[in-house]
Amino acid sequence: MTPLLEVENLRVSFPTPRGPVEVVRGISFTLGRERLGIVGESGSGKSMTGRAILRLVRPPGRVAADRLSFDGLDLRSQSEGEMRRLRGARISMIMQDPKYSLNPVMTVGEQIAEAVRAHARMSRRALRQRVRDMLEAVRIEAPDRVAKLYPHEVSGGMGQRIMIAMMLIPEPDLLIADEPTSALDVSVRAQVLDLIDDLIKRRGMGLILISHDLDLVARYCDRILVMKEGEIVESCPAQNLGAATHPYTRALLAAAPRLDETRAELPVLDRSAA
Amino acid sequence: MTLDLSRPTLRDWLLADSPASRTQARLGRAYRASLALLRNPLAVLGALIILALLVLALIAPLIATDPIAQDLPNRLQPPSGAHWMGTDELGRDIYARVIYGTRITLEIVVLVAILAAPLGLVIGAVSGYFGGWADRVLMGLTDIFLSMPKLILALAFTAALGPGIEHAIIAIAISSWPGYARIARAETLTIRRAEYVAAVELQGASALRVIWGHILPLLTSSLIIRVTLDMAGIILTAAGLGFIGLGAQPPAPEWGAMISRGRSFILDQWWVATMPGFAIVIVSLGFCFLGDGLRDVLDPRSAERR
Amino acid sequence: MSALMLQNLDVAYGETVVTHGITLDIAEGESFALVGESGSGKSTVLKAIAGLAPEWTGAISAFGVPRGHGVDRGFARQCQMVFQDPYGSLHPRKTVDATLAEPLRIQRIGDEAARIEAVMAAVGLAPRLRFRFPHQLSGGQRQRVAIARALMLAPKILLLDEPTSALDVSVQAEILNLLKRLRREQNLTFLLVTHNLAVVSFLCDRLAVMRGGRIVEVASVAQLKHGTMVDPYSRELARLSAHALPAPA
Repeated sequence: MTPLLEVENLRVSFPTPRGPVEVVRGISFTLGRERLGIVGESGSGKSMTGRAILRLVRPPGRVAADRLSFDGLDLRSQSEGEMRRLRGARISMIMQDPKYSLNPVMTVGEQIAEAVRAHARMSRRALRQRVRDMLEAVRIEAPDRVAKLYPHEVSGGMGQRIMIAMMLIPEPDLLIADEPTSALDVSVRAQVLDLIDDLIKRRGMGLILISHDLDLVARYCDRILVMKEGEIVESCPAQNLGAATHPYTRALLAAAPRLDETRAELPVLDRSAA
Repeated sequence: MTLDLSRPTLRDWLLADSPASRTQARLGRAYRASLALLRNPLAVLGALIILALLVLALIAPLIATDPIAQDLPNRLQPPSGAHWMGTDELGRDIYARVIYGTRITLEIVVLVAILAAPLGLVIGAVSGYFGGWADRVLMGLTDIFLSMPKLILALAFTAALGPGIEHAIIAIAISSWPGYARIARAETLTIRRAEYVAAVELQGASALRVIWGHILPLLTSSLIIRVTLDMAGIILTAAGLGFIGLGAQPPAPEWGAMISRGRSFILDQWWVATMPGFAIVIVSLGFCFLGDGLRDVLDPRSAERR
Repeated sequence: MSALMLQNLDVAYGETVVTHGITLDIAEGESFALVGESGSGKSTVLKAIAGLAPEWTGAISAFGVPRGHGVDRGFARQCQMVFQDPYGSLHPRKTVDATLAEPLRIQRIGDEAARIEAVMAAVGLAPRLRFRFPHQLSGGQRQRVAIARALMLAPKILLLDEPTSALDVSVQAEILNLLKRLRREQNLTFLLVTHNLAVVSFLCDRLAVMRGGRIVEVASVAQLKHGTMVDPYSRELARLSAHALPAPA
């Protein structure tokens, strides 16, 4: 069975006054219809990886890879028009803050309808029913009422669920979620992630969950990649994360405070190599 | 990476990662901004044009003959070796008049900027910071002046005070400051809510200190850009005033007035009106290019990325 | 000795009353947390204490001295604040040196250079960073500057508004260690606002859980750690914050 996504030696670089800087330095991984988590701190290149897959890295940034294929399609050789057809239809992306990704001057219902119309034609009544179905699929009660609201009138968690609804309408094969819950309250995070999890499983989708939160990724993914400064330093199944071997991963695990904290001081990353 | 072990150059000092004094930090930032500006070819062109304007104004007596010396037998001569831009209807050398005209243009532009910009800046910042009735009063005042078209105001002024370049300058300045006040106010409204303003208020800072030391410095970038871009318009307005006889009075070589007088000969002796016209176009373009380049460089958001 | 006392604090923004009847008594040297989700009003309480939300009723006092509404210079020397966003809390046109010198100038305290150097050393900022601009610093360094700025006037009380939320985990660890150390060395009183209960476990002695503008429960951190808080909402928050991963060996 062809893996859903194959990445080999992916490199992303940006020019700076001091010469080109590589943000992603030759990473390789494959993804089946499973949940993959990419964890790292800021500057690790995890978000860039997600964007590079969708070819959303704009010049002057440059993307290069020995292999970058999605379901057998070579993503490197697709034209921009072909990529546009892929994006949203077969590979979807959810980003961090719904405040910035939802159009503030259109109601929620209109935006979902727009997403539907982009991929299929249907009568207005069918469209409204589809919008209702999508909102219910993301567990929003009173979907008719919510459809008439503007983005600033809904809470963060609901906004993110609306984003998920929009992204899942065309039934993509792969979902890339870049910090989908960082801007949300703790109590809402679990709801949104459970929802993503459920939708992924039911539709047999692949998921790439990008986050700085090791704990979150361990809970919602099958496999984890840890990135540091553009490279993958650890790759392991999620349940084995506690037994991770790379010092960076262990340091990240140890540096987070815990609810039942007993340490007088938190262990700090050794940055002397930086 | 060069392995240069000689003593550090001025450039190294300016670009140092860790400046050792406030002056070094400030100069370093100015240097980086200039480097960024120089990377933009249009901005460089604009800067060169403005520089040329300044230099020509300065050395005018050295490169041109008397701009008001009449030579009636030689009136309306086409451009030639003796008169590079030809002569006007009174036999005056147009080239000399264009060169000396740079002084008048510079005078107008600098005085309007000095009068209008600081006034607009302060009014806008005060209005934006305090809000409430201060805001309403000041913005009401601004609106009154904003609604006056420049040319009509100038007409009114010179009707009242008599024609002359100084009155034209005041008229243009008075109709320019409201634009700057509005921009300053809009930006102040955003800056006022920033956490660094909250932090300094928390330390006990007075309103004066906050406005002068924290808000105004952030407004200067957009103001510089705005003023530079407006210079083109100011020059054209002054030329327009000169055209209708309200600006510089004869025999002063003001470009707008020159175009006006050349109007009657435009078909046969095109050079009389066109030469000063070129001058106006080139200088206006210069300010536009420079202003655009400055905007790319001075915009605080792009500065953050550097 | 009570360092910070709030009595029946109601804070309003225009027409809306955002917090209701907040009453707290924080002892000197204590580290106290206000936790809650967004919209709970915890940041608003902090802002009112800092003088940034002038419409409040009730009483706020530091070391027995009541606070006026708005800017209060005397209060500034008792109580300072560290803001959440390291990217937004430093003036982009001022060097670290200028930012740290400002409070001294406002309060007319001399001996600038020596004080700046001392505080920079205390928060672990290398001297070579002194004349850099904020965009030349990392997130962790900026937050250290924000903490240094708060310490310039040698306050006894520090208000901390989500001081590590915007930082990476490893940087957060450094800053949390720093705060703990500073509190110990200078006998500071902390009032920390956060949504992260693990940070509370590490840094604080007591906490108050807020919801909908009211205090739902005041508990000790020991109760938090052992899961023996009383109110069901508090217990739910604690449950959601517990780690899935076992503690590393």
